[in-house]
Amino acid sequence: MEPAIRFGSVSKSFGTVRAVEALDFEAPTGAVTVLLGPNGAGKTTTVRLATGALVADRGDIEVLGLRPQVDGDEVRRRVGIVPPKPAFYDQLTGWENLQFAASIYGVDEHAALDAAERFAIDHALLQEVGGYSTGMRTRLALARSVIHDPEVLLLDEPTAGLDPESSRNVLELIRDLAGRGRTIVLCTHLLHEAEGVADQIVLMSNGHARVSGSPEELTGRYLADPVVVFDAEDRSSLDTLVDRQGVLSVSPNGAVQATLADIDSLPDLVADLVRDGVRLTRVEPITPTLEELYFEMQRTHSEEPS
Amino acid sequence: MRWNHVRAIAGADLRRLFKSKDYWIPLLIMASLFFVIIPLIMLAVISRLEHTPFVDQVTSMVGNLPAQVNEAARGDTPVARASYIAAVFLLAPIAIIVPVTISAAVGSNAIVGERERGTGEFLAHSPITMAELYLGKLIASLVPGYLALAVGFSAYALVVNLMVGPDLGGWFFPTAGWVVLILWVIPPFIAVALTVILRISARVRSAASAQQASSLVTLPVIVLSYAVSVGVVVSPGRSAFLIGAVSWVLALLLSVRGSKKLRRERLLGVASET
Repeated sequence: MEPAIRFGSVSKSFGTVRAVEALDFEAPTGAVTVLLGPNGAGKTTTVRLATGALVADRGDIEVLGLRPQVDGDEVRRRVGIVPPKPAFYDQLTGWENLQFAASIYGVDEHAALDAAERFAIDHALLQEVGGYSTGMRTRLALARSVIHDPEVLLLDEPTAGLDPESSRNVLELIRDLAGRGRTIVLCTHLLHEAEGVADQIVLMSNGHARVSGSPEELTGRYLADPVVVFDAEDRSSLDTLVDRQGVLSVSPNGAVQATLADIDSLPDLVADLVRDGVRLTRVEPITPTLEELYFEMQRTHSEEPS
Repeated sequence: MRWNHVRAIAGADLRRLFKSKDYWIPLLIMASLFFVIIPLIMLAVISRLEHTPFVDQVTSMVGNLPAQVNEAARGDTPVARASYIAAVFLLAPIAIIVPVTISAAVGSNAIVGERERGTGEFLAHSPITMAELYLGKLIASLVPGYLALAVGFSAYALVVNLMVGPDLGGWFFPTAGWVVLILWVIPPFIAVALTVILRISARVRSAASAQQASSLVTLPVIVLSYAVSVGVVVSPGRSAFLIGAVSWVLALLLSVRGSKKLRRERLLGVASET
């Protein structure tokens, strides 16, 4: 299947500042792609280039098989966006703001109401947006972004400034939209935000896509050695763990965290320990967090020559 | 050009303006001052208080006005003629100062305001074209000025007819020159001023800078408009029609050029200064 978004060697500068440099990445159709990187990595510029709001200095961009620089209006008609700081006409009500968006996208008011109901902001539509909380504004921005039922949704730091509960709700909404087959690109510097929603991760820094792949692929590439936590009634009985076959290293930290050469060796290792009289109370393979993955990727690439 | 987009942009801006008391109350006061209070005081002094130094000054000034003006003036007494001339000729510039000032205040904030609020981000990513946005902003800036002119002019007509009409044998205002001025000459003049102001609004970094720069632009426009409006009121013939026609063409050309110059990047505030 054709990717929904494809960037090929795309560069964009503002004066002397290189916002995006030779950026290559693809966002698969119907998947959640997370652009992960620190502030200033070029995520927002990437989103702006995808809709044609900015024009690239060099390189090729395709969105839904169209070139934003040529077919910008058609691309923008089929793409929805939540900017990092959603802004509205504060003197107008939520409903008037949605009506405005509906007029721009050429959809009727039922679509506006449906979108508001989906993001649970319909109860506040008659209030002026100036009186909305940050969470309400984000919900209204999400409603506005899907008013025209876009095929691609670009979410740029959608949980910025939200309390944990509102953030979780937003992430659930993203999962819901992904479940409906929409292509989603989520820009974030928050690792917990990407955790659990990402089908693909693109690690960005200094305007480059350093690495991309599914979390599983990246874990296999950067954190290939499995880690297992062991604990026992007598922790000193685990001192011999480091010398056993298939154990690469151990790091005692209360319980012992052992890095194995192969996860398939775990049953034999447990059997050996039991045979040697070790009374195990815990054997838990650890799935690496995105945070561990992120910092491992950052560490690996910072060691590469630029 | 999709007119529903133009309507949406203009409609949203106008709705915001009419909800912003901070914006329209000062403008209402200004319009009341120029269209009602000052004419009321001036005409009251001229028509009700004979042989005051002020009236003597006005009547002597009337004698020095061009023959065309004196010939056009109605009234049997010097005071009646002075009142007529003040009502019809001397207050003509009001008709241009008020709408241009009001429209300039709206227009200067039109594009830079979207950028400052952050609402430009939504517009930049939307399927609206820059020509549609430009035209919507032009209409949204023109309407408040012209609406103030229409309402203010009606109020002014009422004031002068009530104050001066009895001395001239009935209602006499608006004259043909004023009708041409209001319907044919002033709208393109406001539009011309706005095309320049919108260009400024798209280029500057802040609304405050836009307002400062716009006031510099509106000043020569007001001076030019003053001369033209007096001329049109005095002589509402073929030349007045021609001035209006040229202004309309100029407004159209500048609007087309302005819409082509507007770039999507400007709405995001990241356009390079080239």
